Amino acid sequence: MPRDFLKGASDEYDVIVIGSGLAGLTVANVLGRAGHSVLLLEQHYKLGGMATWFKRPGGHIFDVSLHGFPYGMIKSCRRYWSQEIADSIVPLKGIRFENPMFSLTTTYNREDFTKLLTSQFKIAPEKVAEFFDTARGMNFYDDQSMTTGELFNKFFPGREDVHRLLMEPIVYANGSTLEDPAITYGIVFSNFMSKGVYTFEGGTDLLIQLMQKELKKNGVDIRIRCDVEKINVEDDRVQSVTVNGRTIKAKSVISNANLNATIFRLLGEETLDKQFVEEARAVRLNNSSTQVYMALNPGETVDESLGDLFFTSTAEEFKTDLLLSRDVTSRTYSIYYPRTRPEGRPRTLIVSSTNAHYKDWAPLSDEQYEASKQDLIKTTLDHLDRYVPNIRERLAHVEASTPRTFQHYTQHVAGASFGTKFEGLAVSRALPDQVKGLYHAGSVGIIMSGWLGAINYGVIVANDVDALLMKQVGAATQPVN
Amino acid sequence: MTPADIRDEILDILEDIAPDEDLGELKDEVAFREQLELDSMDFLDIVMELRKRHRVQVPEEDYGELASMHSTVTYLTPLMKDLQKA
Repeated sequence: MPRDFLKGASDEYDVIVIGSGLAGLTVANVLGRAGHSVLLLEQHYKLGGMATWFKRPGGHIFDVSLHGFPYGMIKSCRRYWSQEIADSIVPLKGIRFENPMFSLTTTYNREDFTKLLTSQFKIAPEKVAEFFDTARGMNFYDDQSMTTGELFNKFFPGREDVHRLLMEPIVYANGSTLEDPAITYGIVFSNFMSKGVYTFEGGTDLLIQLMQKELKKNGVDIRIRCDVEKINVEDDRVQSVTVNGRTIKAKSVISNANLNATIFRLLGEETLDKQFVEEARAVRLNNSSTQVYMALNPGETVDESLGDLFFTSTAEEFKTDLLLSRDVTSRTYSIYYPRTRPEGRPRTLIVSSTNAHYKDWAPLSDEQYEASKQDLIKTTLDHLDRYVPNIRERLAHVEASTPRTFQHYTQHVAGASFGTKFEGLAVSRALPDQVKGLYHAGSVGIIMSGWLGAINYGVIVANDVDALLMKQVGAATQPVN
Repeated sequence: MTPADIRDEILDILEDIAPDEDLGELKDEVAFREQLELDSMDFLDIVMELRKRHRVQVPEEDYGELASMHSTVTYLTPLMKDLQKA
């Protein structure tokens, strides 16, 4: 008989959370801490979603998405997780750029960027200040008609080099492009510029382990290998979920699955408004990525002048389609020095990331797929060899992942690694108007993407659910006026 | 709770949310965001704390009422006047 991963689970909870990405984990923690009974269901065998890692023989631990998030992460972890987690968040030291237009290293905050833009790029100081203030003043409910490309052209017309400096790291951070609404850029860029870029000392594995400890402390019932098949609705109200052959009831269900999968796979459009279904169908998924994971031989390391994040490109121009093309011209290297895991064995690992389209990888035969992965590894090593000489001889392990890999492990539609484009936020927020008690919390709308965006969106939804549950208790215990 | 009690309670919540800020100099008529380093998540925290401590619900469309100490106390007074001070 197969193992029963729901052994001992109750038949009913206040809250069921589907998926344990950072938004799902946070929603479960905040509601568990508030005293609600919470069941957290994860289809994979470990928690974290895209906030994940894997181990390879020789003591190498690869982080898939760890470097780097904004300073706001410290406050969010302190308030919604624990002081212990917040205390392990440390700044990255160097962000480096190399492309045909410029090469530089920066601490990636307003002060240093102002210095660079005025000295190296010769932009008038008042123009730079005006740009920063405009970006910082942006709100998600502001006018969305201006694109990021238009914003750049307004302040720095014809300066593709400046556009590139301002945009490349944000493309890496959340997959957004020059064609997305300027407000998504302004909000995310300003978050970073306030105090620079941060990481979690100890690695993703330690972070998720500490989060799991906190969830248990707060009474959350955590179940892995539980793949929810269906969210059941009756009379426009969520009733239960079907998982591993069982039906488990809940007053509220929060899906941390991909938005598209939540609506069309778990829910089904028959219970929904036509207009809502159309809006949901029109939500564009964000792109996916390819990555090449490289572990250096034990004892080997690289000079820290390589930076913690290293944005490289061989493209003469800066264009979105070039960033996403399979004919790779842009690579972002995350360098994990031994200080990433000060308690662990001293290892240096490098992860190269390039944004990519699922459709370029999906139709390949097994043979073509394997050959394409080998080609990705080869071209990446050829490129990195310029900066880390003799990289091939110094490697203990190398492998590649593609949009198909992400799709396989996370079940995200099309392997989307940054959720949805901006319009996904409104659809995600409107879900409880369609089905009472049903919420979505996950990477949507660009501004709710990335580690900090996902955690904060989890808190926002937890607040809604807590309010709903209190209202229900109130309705049940207070006389009707 | 009297308006003065409510003001004390908001100060207590703010001390938790922004432990590094000096709240002694807070001007009631001036927006919080012009005096303190608060972002939209901090305002959400105020809403969550009010619900946790006093079961007071502030719907999303009313978040703007929490802009300054004065507007917050004015908004909360009818909602909290029948509550006992803790």
